[in-house]
Amino acid sequence: MTHFVLLVVFSFFVSLVFGVLLRDQPRQQIRTGAVMFGGFIATALVLGWLLYFFPL
Amino acid sequence: MTTKSTAAERARGAVEPGTLVLLCLAAWLIPGAGHFWMGRRQKAVVFLLALPAMFAIGLLLHGRVFPFEFSEPLVGLAAIANVLAGAPWLLTRLLEAGSGMVTAVTYEYGNCFLIVSGLLNFLVILDAYDIALGRK
Repeated sequence: MTHFVLLVVFSFFVSLVFGVLLRDQPRQQIRTGAVMFGGFIATALVLGWLLYFFPL
Repeated sequence: MTTKSTAAERARGAVEPGTLVLLCLAAWLIPGAGHFWMGRRQKAVVFLLALPAMFAIGLLLHGRVFPFEFSEPLVGLAAIANVLAGAPWLLTRLLEAGSGMVTAVTYEYGNCFLIVSGLLNFLVILDAYDIALGRK
């Protein structure tokens, strides 16, 4: 499995649990989970590209 | 002067301290059991499937179930997080699995899955506790 796939799987589970935990209505749960999932992926990609410019 | 009691106050009065302890123990042992007990079945099913799945993925990725070694604080804290996963942690300890493989590429990912699974279950326990007290 690639790092990205693992990131997606991890984000999926955490978003799923938080979405269900924080909201009561299924529609809201899906929305919260989706926003959180998108946030995880977008943040990881942005931070990944930012780190790309730092020489190690 | 009379005051109207809210639904939350009524629920708070209905839950005995002993029942609360049992609820928290059940919620710890079986992820989602606390919510099931409180009648939130949809949430319970999601927690029951998602949290043990995260724990299992962590083991498949060669993550380690940490021992209680508080000479190394991070290891000790990780062990506490692992314990919070409940039955999956118990099973892993009983089967003497979860020794981890440090040389595996996915070792740290596995640890992350195992630790976060336990921490999420802790949040789920707290949520069940709040529901039982009528706060939610």
